[in-house]
Amino acid sequence: MAKAKGPRKAMDDRDRTVLAAVEEVARDVHASIQRKAKPELDFPIRALANVRYDQKVGYFEIGKRKAVRTLTVNTAKSFAQTLRMMALSRQHVLEDREATKREAYYISKNWDDAKFDEQPESDAVMDDIEAMFSVHGVNREMLRFKPEEHGGSVAGALTILDRRRNTGEPLRIDCTNFGSGAYTVPSNVEHLGFETKARFILVIETGGTFDRLNTGEYWRTANCILVEMGGVPTRACRRFIRRLSDEHRIPVYAFTDCDPYGFANIYRTLKVGSGNAAHINRFFCVPKASFLGVSPQDIVDFKLPTHPLKEMDIKRAEDALKNDPFYEVHPKWKMAVEHLLKMGVRAEQQAFAKFGLDFVMEEYLPAKLKNPGKFLP
Amino acid sequence: MRLLLPVPGERYHPGMTAKKRKAEEETPPPGAAKGGARARKPAARVTAEEMAGRQREISVSEFFTKNRHLLGFDNPRKALLTTVKEAVDNALDACEEAGILPVVEVEIRRVTERNGNGAAGNGSPNGGGAAAAPAGDMPLFAAPAAAAPPAPAPAPADEDEDADAGPKRRGAAAAPERYLVSVGDNGPGIVREQVGKIFGKLLYGSKFHRLRQSRGQQGIGISAAGMYGQLTTGKPVRIWSRTSRKKPAHFIEMHMDLRKNTPEITKDEEIPWDREHDTGTRVEIELEAKYQKGARSVDDYLRQTALANPHVTIRYRDPEGTETLIERAVKDLPEAPREIQPHPYGVELGMLIQMMKGTTHRKLKAFLQHEFSRVSGPTAVEICRRAGLAPEAWVARIAREEADNLHRSLSEVRIMNPPTDCVSPIGEGAVEKALLRERPGAFVHAVTRPPSVYRGNPFVVEAGIAWGGEGAPADELASVFRFANRVPLLYQQSACAVSKAVLSCPWRNYGVDQSRGALPTGPLLVFVHLASVWVPFTSESKEAIAHYPEILKEIRLAVMECGRNLGQHLSRQRRLADAQKKKDYIAAYLPHIVIALKEILTLDEKAEKAATRNLTEVLEKSRAL
Repeated sequence: MAKAKGPRKAMDDRDRTVLAAVEEVARDVHASIQRKAKPELDFPIRALANVRYDQKVGYFEIGKRKAVRTLTVNTAKSFAQTLRMMALSRQHVLEDREATKREAYYISKNWDDAKFDEQPESDAVMDDIEAMFSVHGVNREMLRFKPEEHGGSVAGALTILDRRRNTGEPLRIDCTNFGSGAYTVPSNVEHLGFETKARFILVIETGGTFDRLNTGEYWRTANCILVEMGGVPTRACRRFIRRLSDEHRIPVYAFTDCDPYGFANIYRTLKVGSGNAAHINRFFCVPKASFLGVSPQDIVDFKLPTHPLKEMDIKRAEDALKNDPFYEVHPKWKMAVEHLLKMGVRAEQQAFAKFGLDFVMEEYLPAKLKNPGKFLP
Repeated sequence: MRLLLPVPGERYHPGMTAKKRKAEEETPPPGAAKGGARARKPAARVTAEEMAGRQREISVSEFFTKNRHLLGFDNPRKALLTTVKEAVDNALDACEEAGILPVVEVEIRRVTERNGNGAAGNGSPNGGGAAAAPAGDMPLFAAPAAAAPPAPAPAPADEDEDADAGPKRRGAAAAPERYLVSVGDNGPGIVREQVGKIFGKLLYGSKFHRLRQSRGQQGIGISAAGMYGQLTTGKPVRIWSRTSRKKPAHFIEMHMDLRKNTPEITKDEEIPWDREHDTGTRVEIELEAKYQKGARSVDDYLRQTALANPHVTIRYRDPEGTETLIERAVKDLPEAPREIQPHPYGVELGMLIQMMKGTTHRKLKAFLQHEFSRVSGPTAVEICRRAGLAPEAWVARIAREEADNLHRSLSEVRIMNPPTDCVSPIGEGAVEKALLRERPGAFVHAVTRPPSVYRGNPFVVEAGIAWGGEGAPADELASVFRFANRVPLLYQQSACAVSKAVLSCPWRNYGVDQSRGALPTGPLLVFVHLASVWVPFTSESKEAIAHYPEILKEIRLAVMECGRNLGQHLSRQRRLADAQKKKDYIAAYLPHIVIALKEILTLDEKAEKAATRNLTEVLEKSRAL
């Protein structure tokens, strides 16, 4: 993996890896053609059967099984489209540009017969390519295809190293200087570098709590970095947190509502990714994350105001207990969810306001942070 | 409209109108009325003598006057079709029997009140001949002649083929339309003395008494048409005929005496007849009718007639003045069908006894050998042996039970099928030609089955199929064209053995869509022809073929053979289309593979060309897989 380094003018190692991977695949195809053999492309099988939970790394990983797509008359179209998409990716790496999925779809309109009629077709080919290159340690963002959505807000003890696209001039972005606003995580974070001495990264579900901590400059008191996810974290947000924590060995603490959605969707996705997109989890999961709160025990300990669990919450929780391997490998989580179900209530992050607006900063978080070892895994 | 004068002896019948019934109920027989509904029931207080006074013979004409639907005159639209059909059938039969390649000229003209055609109708409402009929007879059949106050006419209720176009269906109907149907041929003509009987007498004909394939059978059709015309318009039937180039033509005008079932000739003249044909006949009938295009129209009938008679040229002028010429597709007359003796299989007991009574042969063996088709000496002996009778037994002495045994053994002994040449199929080649004329460019296939037998009657089934071609509807149910002895059957499709057989074929196996219980879907025309010395119709109007298992089986086999060929054709087409699609695919996408490789690997022109060449080769190889 690329190390944190400054903005660059020339191509960096990461880009060289991408080019080498694209060229390797193309060279194999070309070699087959020269031998007058049918060229083939390998894709890891993305079915759930080929997905397993790797306890050592702490997330879902795609298995070793591969599907071989041989060039035949029937596969000629998608074969051609896959190769052209790879060529586009290479071109963007060389030109240091990137395209959204939608833009890539429109670029294909120049490809005559090989163009995509609808975006779902180009998205499918893109997913194929992403899966194919994930085994080379290359993700979609590195292939210069970026998602539409960007990834949440950042504030705190962090300086981000970026550069101007046109001139390559380095940019230093001090995340303490956004006042009541915040730094927005871009949709592609691969090229960013970081400078920080923060003790931890606090990943927050709601904008309201993030604002409360940001305007109260909690990051200064606690010497931390605040990240607002805004619901289930996007790829960019997860990748940002992952890189930041990996490269600077900073622990990640998640702070969400106390409800099955916060546990099973937001936190779980942040930590172990999803089974559906197992091939990208190696880039996007934050297996080192732990769960600060709000935990079911917090409801009891802090006597938080609650709401009854909705039918959907109960169903989601029961489903997770039954089917999700995450809860199998983390018995503590299992107990926590059962505890919540038994209480039959949920509580929100902002419920601490009952005890005063600053309670969360001044009482709750310091109290919890005394014992990070007791966080839910 | 049926007028309401009761016929003596007529108490109650299905055709009776409600008004009449009511009238009767309101005037109960004297003495029967003691009040209460029960007393109204017609009490059986009529003596045998009184009844005898009412009993009398019913003439055939009277019978059919009341039962016109049996003959295909249910409604004005169908009446027009039936009239044309009967005349054309007769023309074709006559031409073929005389060995002449038929040319049939059909003209239908709308008659308006002013230009009333024949002179006869203008003066007296019922014309000369009809006026002679007793008044009691006439009103049974609608006769809205000029004298009568505008009588409600048969309503134009014929969209529905089975509709009874009785006047009760519509309150105020439009004035009935009249049409003049004229059908001419280049046949042998009719000798003067016979004209009256052929056109003016029901159940008079040459075809009833013999086992020979022909269009007409009973000798009812054309005279019934003339009768219908006379009853609805009062106009006579007019016939022109010439039997030789050297002889003058005759012009005959006649009415029918409905009670006596005899013609009454009102005009009989020798006239000059300027025509391209040396001989021939022309008949003109004016009738109340309705002309409409579309399914089951005269146009449809003539088109289908041409299909089953590719040797016929048809000239047709419709009421709008549009002329259509359908030229013959083949130049050979079909082989003349031969008259045959009955075949032992399926001869019924009654018929056998009848034959034994009528034979001139005295000994049983000779009787069997000479009165039946395909019975040789040894076969005759074998039949006798099985029946426990001596071959030398006297036919006249054979008792009822013995006849029973004989009848049973007739069906047990293995006997050759009847001779083929007594029925004259159209022929596979001719059917295919005719189908191509109907659907140019279509895939066609025709099958003529070997002859088979039902009830001792030989028959041959022919089937043809046309898929696609010009004018074929894409996503509709298949059209089924049914023919019996080359005559199109337009009505009662669902009651016909042909439809049942076509429905029961496994169309999906041939690559054709078929919903459960429905005809197959697609640009498909199914042609089925049954040729037989005696076609078993479900009714006298000859609209549907009866469901004899032997016939059903033969139709099914013939259609299935066509279906298999269609299936092969369709799968071949699919394969070709697939191959083409693959070729197009390669042409479309291969360049993009090379473009991408060239971009990624920066190939030079030489490498690019080599890659294109190799890829084409590789993909074309994969196409063969």
